Amino acid sequence: MIYFDNAATSWPKPPGVAEAMVHFIDDVGANPGRSAHRLAVESGRIVYGAREAVAELFKASDPLRVVFGHNVTEALNLALRGLLHAGDHVVTSSMEHNSMMRPLRALEEQGVELTVVQCSPEGLLDPAGVEAAVQANTVMIALNHASNVVGTLLPVAEAAGIARDHGLLLLVDAAQTGGAYPIDVQADGIDLLAFTGHKSLCGPMGTGGLIVDERVDVAQMEPLKRGGTGSRSEREEQPDFLPDMCESGTPNAVGLAGLGAGVQWVLERGVDAIRAHEVILAQRLINGLLGIRGVTVYGGLDATRQTATVSFNVAGRAPSDIGLLLDEEFGIMCRVGLHCAPAAHRTIGTFPTGTVRFGLSAFNTSEEVDAAVAAVGQLARETPQ
Amino acid sequence: MSENYGVILVHSTSYAIRAESVLNQAGLPSKLIPVPRHLSSDCGVCVRIERADQEAALQALAAAGVETEQYHEI
Repeated sequence: MIYFDNAATSWPKPPGVAEAMVHFIDDVGANPGRSAHRLAVESGRIVYGAREAVAELFKASDPLRVVFGHNVTEALNLALRGLLHAGDHVVTSSMEHNSMMRPLRALEEQGVELTVVQCSPEGLLDPAGVEAAVQANTVMIALNHASNVVGTLLPVAEAAGIARDHGLLLLVDAAQTGGAYPIDVQADGIDLLAFTGHKSLCGPMGTGGLIVDERVDVAQMEPLKRGGTGSRSEREEQPDFLPDMCESGTPNAVGLAGLGAGVQWVLERGVDAIRAHEVILAQRLINGLLGIRGVTVYGGLDATRQTATVSFNVAGRAPSDIGLLLDEEFGIMCRVGLHCAPAAHRTIGTFPTGTVRFGLSAFNTSEEVDAAVAAVGQLARETPQ
Repeated sequence: MSENYGVILVHSTSYAIRAESVLNQAGLPSKLIPVPRHLSSDCGVCVRIERADQEAALQALAAAGVETEQYHEI
């Protein structure tokens, strides 16, 4: 069995993740940040440990600026709905996932102005297009760090420069890059980093969050929900400090125990080493697929400028057919279709049919890549051209 | 309860855990305990330290950038 659906959710998880979650359920169990008995304090320590690990990985200035939530979607909703108001203008790209695009489109209905900068058919974004879109009422640049469809990296460093020059906030969706590509929120000039736990951070589903860096005026930020935080309980008003103001309700502490272990594994392995491994695999996959007659590979075709996510199509076959055959005949798991990113598929010219997507991880091998290329080759040969 | 303790009140459990870690590194004994009812109606935790360590503890926390709310002897 070959698991190439890591761009949706990574699997397998590193050793230690399941262990940390079992330890939490069997030996700790209590509510973090609520009571003050030894188990509650230990639970709080585990959640705080995950906060520290995430802060260390992304070089956040303070672990308490890491707001935990359920996934990157919730984090993006918090950043967008929490900071934007009618009359504000936002610049985004045509390679966004719906987790960015849908909240933005909803805000547009409520009077937020939106410019979607068109990317090239390879999925590349020209920073000049971002700068040209900035206007007097622009308050934020909101960008996918890497496309979930073709893996292309968007020019976050250049966008950060533009954001600084014009006094804008930079929101980055790191769903596809967190843990797989180096991110330093301070050096990179990222004000808001939305991440998810269940992909390259190697944690379980139901974990993620938003790093709110120092340039964000927290006093102006609206939480998505209000409720119990275990702090300031004498008051009926929401606390005004991070992370509590944005973390109402009992958190997914067992998940965060797993996330902490996953991020610890990433820190120990090293993002640079993981990235180097994935670049080699991705280029091998791209080259292998390009060598098959009837196969079209999308994106920039240069593994050093993308993540290890590769989209392709086989002429004469629907992506759904290829996905089914890869699973049933070859034991290869992948994702087909539009990948929740209609804008990105329109950009690369594959809307509404979509593509077949192979998402690789640190745990995949070149033997698996070669086997998958051979399988696609066989399916292409069996397809009348 | 001993008469030789003081407590440092902080914003939330996250701050208490961070404070505990800073004090531990500074070699100052501490324990996270429920906030005594007469000090606050908060349901959270606070950091109990030895009274003799008050100055050193508050200095260590300030140096590490851990915001504290109040100090009380208990």
